[in-house]
Formats: sequence, structure tokens, C-alpha cells
Amino acid sequence: MPVLEVTQIKKSFGSLPVLKGIDFSLEQGQVLAIIGSSGSGKTTLLRCLNFLETPDSGEITVNGQRLLWGNEAQIRKNRIHFGLVFQSFNLFHQYTVLENVTLAPTLLKRGTKEEIRANAEQLLAQVGLSNKQDAYPYQLSGGQQQRVAIARALALQPEVLCFDEPTSALDPELTGEVLRVIRSLKSGRNTMIVVTHEMEFAKCVADVVIYMADGKIEEIGTPEEVFDSPRSEKTRTFLRGAHTKF
Amino acid sequence: MELFGTVSLELLRGFGQTLEIFFLTLAFAIPLGLPICFGSMSKFLPLRILTRSIVWVIRGTPLMLQLIVVFFGPGLLFSLPAMGRKEAVILAFSINYACYFSEIYRGGIESISKGQYEAGQVLGLTQTQIFFRIILLQVVKRVLPPMGNEIITLVKDTSLARVIAVYEVMWMGESFIKSDGLIWPMFYTAVFYLLFSGVLTVLFDRIEQKLDYFRG
Repeated sequence: MPVLEVTQIKKSFGSLPVLKGIDFSLEQGQVLAIIGSSGSGKTTLLRCLNFLETPDSGEITVNGQRLLWGNEAQIRKNRIHFGLVFQSFNLFHQYTVLENVTLAPTLLKRGTKEEIRANAEQLLAQVGLSNKQDAYPYQLSGGQQQRVAIARALALQPEVLCFDEPTSALDPELTGEVLRVIRSLKSGRNTMIVVTHEMEFAKCVADVVIYMADGKIEEIGTPEEVFDSPRSEKTRTFLRGAHTKF
Repeated sequence: MELFGTVSLELLRGFGQTLEIFFLTLAFAIPLGLPICFGSMSKFLPLRILTRSIVWVIRGTPLMLQLIVVFFGPGLLFSLPAMGRKEAVILAFSINYACYFSEIYRGGIESISKGQYEAGQVLGLTQTQIFFRIILLQVVKRVLPPMGNEIITLVKDTSLARVIAVYEVMWMGESFIKSDGLIWPMFYTAVFYLLFSGVLTVLFDRIEQKLDYFRG
């Protein structure tokens, strides 16, 4: 049974259709990379999965259980299945690195204080930030902040962890450390969806690649299929353009 | 020297009234600003229009006028029993300052990035948890400077209470012009205002420093 099944997600902003019927499914532990130009609907799709946007129609099924859009409490319950790492990190400014990771598990009563703390420390070690536990977000580099954000999302053990262009706000020399952390998560059981412009990363980490254009899945397949022998002309044009030219 | 003592004592008595108006106004206006703030940010249009209209009227007319209306209005318009002078002052000041505070709160809340809310949302937190555990302290940090400004203005606005004969420090100072032809007690009142606003300035600096451990 797939961990995640997405069927016919549609979403318009006013009269502008942004998602025109998205279907895909993911097995446990798979990594899905979503590529595509700006405005193709990638971010909106992730926001729908995290219930930050309400699709006009479509279904999201996690472990065979169909998630419904209802009142705030229902939506909050749905969100627990997903984690989201934002492009702009969005760490909580007034909390230390450790507090950022422990805040949600504490408020959601996911164990004793000691368990939550131990788990957070372990996660911070995993993203290589044990020595920054007591630092405040502004004292960290962008790459470090993003790694904290990853640890924060992992602390709730989401079934599907989503990344919305996790390296787009970073200086080029800092993208590597974040991408390495994401790759290291692949060895675990984590099911992940990564919206990215890093084609090399998508190629070597993803199990499935989706190329989105104009709110539709233009191409879906293994990295080899999508990158080496794309079927659609649109994909070919996009991939040619994605290599930096000047 | 004896005169100086008498003047000091009288002014101090008046300053007691000044302080009372000041602290009571703050005690009511700081919390009252919150519902007004939420009203003017409400998604329910009629409530938003109503709240913003009230804020417009209160901010758009002199506090002195409001003071007179609150004190004389109920009796002259509706033949209601007059309320005490001090009560009228506190009521008018509280409403007036709550409206100003509500706009400062609104600015603070709206300046917090959407990402802070969304990060809380995707972590499964409730709206209440997000507001109290994440947003509030960031708002407090941002509204401190404008609140300090407004509160120091309040120190001096208390002198308006004299228009309905509440004997605050300026009234006392002026009484020496009338009775003894002395102008210096008037200047002396300035010392009270300066000292008090100095204390407030230091206090606000302290609180700002306390919140200096984070940015944003």
C-alpha cells in the first residue's frame, strides 16, 4: 500500500488555475523530486499537501486513510502526517535551536520532557548541529538554520517530509551541507518530497522525478527516464535551459 | 524657603493625581487595546468598519473635547447623574489611549512574517498556541518603541484633566500665579514631568534590552 496517494488535486487562485489535476503516489521510503519552472504549481502542491492551501477538488490519502478538509481541528490532525521545510527556514526567532526542535513535541505532548529533549538532541546531532543547541536563529548561517528546520520537522516523525526549495535562499557555498543532510535522511525510512532547482541532486537522490509545467505533471518517471530520455518536448526544453547558460 | 516648601508640597499633591490618572489609564487602556485591535483586523466586515470608525473618531478629535463630552454629556444630554471628575478623566483617557494602542498592536501583529504562523501550523499547533507561544513576544518586542512614545505622551496629556477641574500638578502650579503672582512654580511643574518621563525612558530601555537576546 502506498504511503501517500494524491488524486486529481485541483486549485485555482481566483480565475487563475494553478493545479489542473495532479495524481501520483509514493511508497514508504521513496524520495520524490519535483522540478519545473517558477509558477508551474510546485509550491502550491506542497502547500496543499500540508493543508496550508485548500484545493478546490481532489483527494489526499495517507496509509489508506483519506484525509478530509474540515474544521481547524481536523486540518491540524491531517497536518501531523506531513512535515514541511520552508524555503526561508522560518525558525522561531525567540527560541534557541534546541527549543525550536522541542516546542511542537512539547505542546503536542509527544512524550516526557526528557524524552523530547533527548530526541531533539539526537536529531540535532544527526544534522551536525550539536554544538549550536543554545544558539539563537540569528546567530546561525542560512545553511545551519535550514538544518535546524529539518530537525524541527523530523521531531514530529511525519509520514511524509516535504521540502519547498530548501536551498533556494542559501548562498551557493551553503547548499551542499543542506543537500547532504537531506540525502542522509534517505537511508532511513523517511518518505520525502523535494521541490528543487538542483538538478544534480534530484538526479542522484530521487527515486521518482516529476516535471511540472502549467499546473500539470508533464513527465513522471525514474531520474534516468526523466533526465536522460524525456518523452515530452517541454521537458527537454526545460532541462536544456536548466543548465546554466550565459 | 518656607514658600518653596509649601509650593513643593502642593505640587507633589497635584502630582499624586497626575500619577493616579497615568497608571489607571494604562491599566485599562493596555488590555482594552487588544479587542479593539482584533476588531479592526476582523474578517467580519461590519465589525471592522465599526471598530475602525470608532478609532477614527477618537483619534480624529481632541482628547480635551472627549473629556468634556464624557464629563458633561451624560448629564446634559440624558439627565443622568453626573459621574465623578476623576472617573470621567480615567474613562475618557482609557478609551482614547486604547484606540492609539490598538493601532500600535495592529502594526506589530501585521509586521510578523506569515512564515512564523505557517511554521507553527505545519507543526500542528493551534491558533492559540501559535499566538501565545510564537507571535506575542515578537509583537511585544516590536511595539515597545512606539508604546514608549505613546506612554510618554500620556504623562503630559494628564495635564488636560484640569479642564474638568481635576487638581493635577499643572493646576496646582497655576494656582500660584492666581494667588501669589508667582510664575516659577509653573516651571517647577516641568521638573516633575521631566523626572517622571526620565524614569519611564530608562524603564523602557531596560525592557528593550531584556528582549535583545533575539532578532526578528
